[in-house]
Amino acid sequence: MLNPIEFFGEISLFGLRAVRDTFSPPLEANQVRMQMNEVGARSLPLVLASGFALGMVMSLHTRGTLVTFGATALIPTVHAMAFFVEIGPLVAGLLVSGRVGAGIGAVIANMRVTEQIDGIESLSVDSFKFLVVPRVLACVLMLPLLTLFMDFAGLLGGFLAEFAVSHISVALYLSRAFMYLEWPNFIAPVLKTSVFGFIIGTASSYFGYTTNEGAQGVGRAATNSVVMSSLLIILADVILVKCILFAFPESAL
Amino acid sequence: MTDNRRPIVVFEQVSKAFGEKQVLRDVSFDVKAGEILCILGRSGTGKSVTLKLLIALQRPDRGKIWIDDDEITSMNASGLSRVRRKMGFLFQDAALFDDLTVYENLALPLARLTGRPRDEIDSAVTNVLKQVGLACDTQKTPAALSGGMRKRAGLARALILNPRVLLADEPSSGLDRITASEIDDLLLRQRNEKNTTILIVTHDVHGARKIGDKFAVLDKGRMIAFGTAEEVESSEHEIARRLISER
Repeated sequence: MLNPIEFFGEISLFGLRAVRDTFSPPLEANQVRMQMNEVGARSLPLVLASGFALGMVMSLHTRGTLVTFGATALIPTVHAMAFFVEIGPLVAGLLVSGRVGAGIGAVIANMRVTEQIDGIESLSVDSFKFLVVPRVLACVLMLPLLTLFMDFAGLLGGFLAEFAVSHISVALYLSRAFMYLEWPNFIAPVLKTSVFGFIIGTASSYFGYTTNEGAQGVGRAATNSVVMSSLLIILADVILVKCILFAFPESAL
Repeated sequence: MTDNRRPIVVFEQVSKAFGEKQVLRDVSFDVKAGEILCILGRSGTGKSVTLKLLIALQRPDRGKIWIDDDEITSMNASGLSRVRRKMGFLFQDAALFDDLTVYENLALPLARLTGRPRDEIDSAVTNVLKQVGLACDTQKTPAALSGGMRKRAGLARALILNPRVLLADEPSSGLDRITASEIDDLLLRQRNEKNTTILIVTHDVHGARKIGDKFAVLDKGRMIAFGTAEEVESSEHEIARRLISER
């Protein structure tokens, strides 16, 4: 059992190795493509459905409060700001950590248990580069895209909820939604999800790759992947928001 | 008659422990080029660990291991990669890569390590799969194969780089007598046609006696007998005599 300092040291070295190996040949293009499909395309229905539902719920909640202050015109603005700046990136990160993190942890752990990783190594193929790097890279590349889908699904859900009550037109809703939204409000939060992707890919691969407890270890790797990825995403979000506000002070809400 | 063949695998005073459990204690043996060594012993006596040490999937705590004049215990990753290209490993459960078809499992090391063009890789994969009788199953995934087919696919993958040394971990475990005998025949043919040195960990004494030139018997991490079947049969250790006996 590692103490927390050893654990963070090990997982950090694991992540740094993934970064280093990403830039060393050969590029595992087939594996990266497969993993992008797994992380991106297969997570899309979950992200779209969650974003849409969350958008509707957000709209229902904010409407009640803003009506009290006579600020119904601001409903699309508040909704878009909340989604693009924080809710979209964070929820997309947490959803992907649940779906993809558990999958990565379990699959790699199963490969360890069934000696597939030893099998790859015995063929002079670097198992880390073959298994871990494509997964980390796929998470880094796909999470910003999934976040965009989440944001726009949320916006659509919000619009439909608002339309049902006030019959607002699409054009008016969108113009109000983007009225105060600056590029830093949009770009920086979307890009920060690459860091979330790196966390999910690294933490999940780490628990899978280092398991040594047989079948029980597979379940534990999957659970630890989700728990640790989610926790690290939330902790990283605090730091990243601070960094974004430092770099783009005008993006503060 | 003196055997002048040089040893291609040398295990010298090797010890290995996992935590408190001492798995191997000062084990030494050598295997000459083209020889088949069968490693026997009760479960948990360090037989599979011996094979994993030979291909450097694990490192010994003490001792030295030579593969074809390369001392591998202190080698870096690129050196090990070079040595592993001369070796093949048939895992107990074949350890084929789940995500890939049989063809892709075999083509992977060829594409990565030899840089050969696609048509040469196709032909090499087809040849090896024909040898093991799986020429019609190239597009199947490991999950779609039976135990015996998986084992043969694992053997094909172990042979794809035309290894000088082949390590086989329980090649006949979980197989019926006929399929096990087919695997034994494939191993024997590989040695006879390609002069491949083969080390086999097995509990199948019948198969081992059929194909083995030499036998090593491990007990509680120590090697208690080494030699031909007759030499092991006359060992002073009762466990060695019982393990080599077919009765």
